[in-house]
Amino acid sequence: MAEFKHKDIIALRDLNKEEIELLLSTAESMREINSRDIKKVPTLRGKTIINLFYEASTRTRTSFEIAGKRLSADTVNITPSSSSATKGETLADTALNLLAMKPDIIVMRHAVSGSHYFLSSKMPGCSIINAGDGTHEHPSQGLLDMLTMKDRFGRLDGLKVAIVGDITHSRVARSNIQGLTKMGSQVFLAGPPTMMPPGAERLGNVTVCASMKEAIQDADVVMMLRIQQERQGKTLMPNAREYSRYFGLNPENLKLAKPDAMVMHPGPINRGVEMSSYVVDGGQSHILKQVENGVAVRMAMLYHVCGGELE
Amino acid sequence: MNLLIKGGRVIDPSQKLDDTLDVLVDNGVIKEIGTGLKAPAGAETIDATGKYVVPGLIDMHVHLRDPGLEYKEDIVSGTRAAAAGGFTSVVCMPNTKPVIDNKAIAGYIITKARNEGAANVFPVGSITYGLDGERMSEMGELKEAGCVAVSDDGKPVKNAELMRRALEYARGMGILVITHAEELSLVGAGVMNEGFTSTEIGLKGIPRIAEDIATARDVMLAEYTCSPIHVAHVSTAGSVRVIREAKARGVRVTCETAPHYFTLTDDAVRGYDTNAKMNPPLREAADVAAIKAGLADGTIDAIATDHAPHHRDEKDVEFDAAMNGIIGLETSLPLSLRLVSDGVLTIDQLIEKMSCNPSNILGLQRGTLVAGSIADITVIDPQAAWTVDPDRLVSKSKNSPFLGWNVTGAASATILAGNVVYTRA
Repeated sequence: MAEFKHKDIIALRDLNKEEIELLLSTAESMREINSRDIKKVPTLRGKTIINLFYEASTRTRTSFEIAGKRLSADTVNITPSSSSATKGETLADTALNLLAMKPDIIVMRHAVSGSHYFLSSKMPGCSIINAGDGTHEHPSQGLLDMLTMKDRFGRLDGLKVAIVGDITHSRVARSNIQGLTKMGSQVFLAGPPTMMPPGAERLGNVTVCASMKEAIQDADVVMMLRIQQERQGKTLMPNAREYSRYFGLNPENLKLAKPDAMVMHPGPINRGVEMSSYVVDGGQSHILKQVENGVAVRMAMLYHVCGGELE
Repeated sequence: MNLLIKGGRVIDPSQKLDDTLDVLVDNGVIKEIGTGLKAPAGAETIDATGKYVVPGLIDMHVHLRDPGLEYKEDIVSGTRAAAAGGFTSVVCMPNTKPVIDNKAIAGYIITKARNEGAANVFPVGSITYGLDGERMSEMGELKEAGCVAVSDDGKPVKNAELMRRALEYARGMGILVITHAEELSLVGAGVMNEGFTSTEIGLKGIPRIAEDIATARDVMLAEYTCSPIHVAHVSTAGSVRVIREAKARGVRVTCETAPHYFTLTDDAVRGYDTNAKMNPPLREAADVAAIKAGLADGTIDAIATDHAPHHRDEKDVEFDAAMNGIIGLETSLPLSLRLVSDGVLTIDQLIEKMSCNPSNILGLQRGTLVAGSIADITVIDPQAAWTVDPDRLVSKSKNSPFLGWNVTGAASATILAGNVVYTRA
């Protein structure tokens, strides 16, 4: 079996195909644990994991916490309102103080792109896992998305994946583009030009489409992104009503995709904006399956940065 | 006190001089340039064989952080860094605390520099009181107090009407306006150049057009008001084009760029290096090429560093939180000499842009070795190979993207009004 040599998992851009395959296949093994009555193995017993979330999160933080606990690690959650960040402590000082308590893994979400590299430079000997950094990457989301696609199609190679929405501000899109390109999928991007960053077509095996219809035509996967009012500012679109008309997924335009196409969304969903409820709750939706796979993928990530071996 | 600089290659574009000559300094003034000059009794002699002897270099855009922000730099450390970098004169920007918007602060800087500094310091007053962008400073009194220009550097004058009036009023007072050209509504929360690199690493971009539009506005205001204007830290191909076209129409516009804009691209931001964060941001290869072309064809008049010292704590943070700016005084000369070795500029053109032109733009009465002029002289060792080592930088701050670079060329001696203020060990 391939070896995983990274101390940290900060971006899928930093991983090669073999490493991504390894993480996905480990996640598949972890899934078996999650289906047991007693969902706990001793693999990371004695390891300390700190979940350091500077941005709000329900799904990701809970998922990482459950993943750590199922591997028997001790997990501690820190959120800004309960931390020294509100007293003005710098990230560097937070890192040094946490390091003094000798954690094994820090799982961080932070609003500033690249802040995990900074954290890592301050925390030698401790693994850093990125649970989302600004508008850069969200590697666990990218991995769980790929695992969900692989479950459905048995492969990633040759899949046509449409990603629709605010590409500029999406860390989910960046991680998916990096991962899917390495795994041999084709990515088609669509969104209003105000939400398409310069050079997006050079990010990987990417085609920037002129319309949503063009992107989802004959797609195997339609991934809709959340409209993130908090990151966007106010000048990128007229309003949610117009957005949903031209860039929302509904039962009508979903027919353009392949008949067995799967629909995905990283959540939380703005129902009626980027996706109609009929699609969210419809038969082609794999949104909850994504959440389920999230736990297994995060178990695999925690496991590999600790350099452990499967029993 | 006499000084004889023997056998150097004397390069003085102000008198079209480029020959192996001796320079005799008497009582702080250039006395004679010629061959086979004899040292008078008691004169100090510098052997400049193999070296360039040029009019003292002038950096027309630095931040000395004094008064108010002395934890980053002060007049003493900043002028020592200048001397070590070969600069005999620096022009300091008014975003100190308090702002250089009155006679007292300008006087404090000039007096402290004269008494304790290792270089001439020429202050720039603010265009608006407290840099508030609303009320014009007393430009007449600032000029009388010794300010050589006015600028709100660090931020633009947003209000076009105020900028128009400032240009008109400053013309009447005989003082130059230096514009920091930036359209803030296009900058937003941007932290680096907008382009493929910002797309890939997920940092918020600042589009080039934010600079281009502001340069175009201010150049057109200068044209309309028949006033001179100097554009600070030009970084984009668009700004170069706007200024080139304006010059061709006869607009009295001059401009400067900084060594980082012709040496680095936004690739330097990869890895989220906060020492590659400055404003304007590092641009792309096409901009670097346009900056070089602008230097070569004379569109860009001057090389200035925008020396912007920041404390370690202000850079040792996540990228978005880091302050803008890098130090430049001690790396400008070797980086600029690369323009000569790369064939972009002749050595004469380089000395023009690092000494003669800044002096002429600001009326500093420097930038020349003509007999009778003040003996500000830089002796350059063009072969000196050295490594940019933070522990050996004189500046209080070490925020440079060039740390660890192996560079060639250094000041071997810096002479201020006939006194040797720096000698390279």
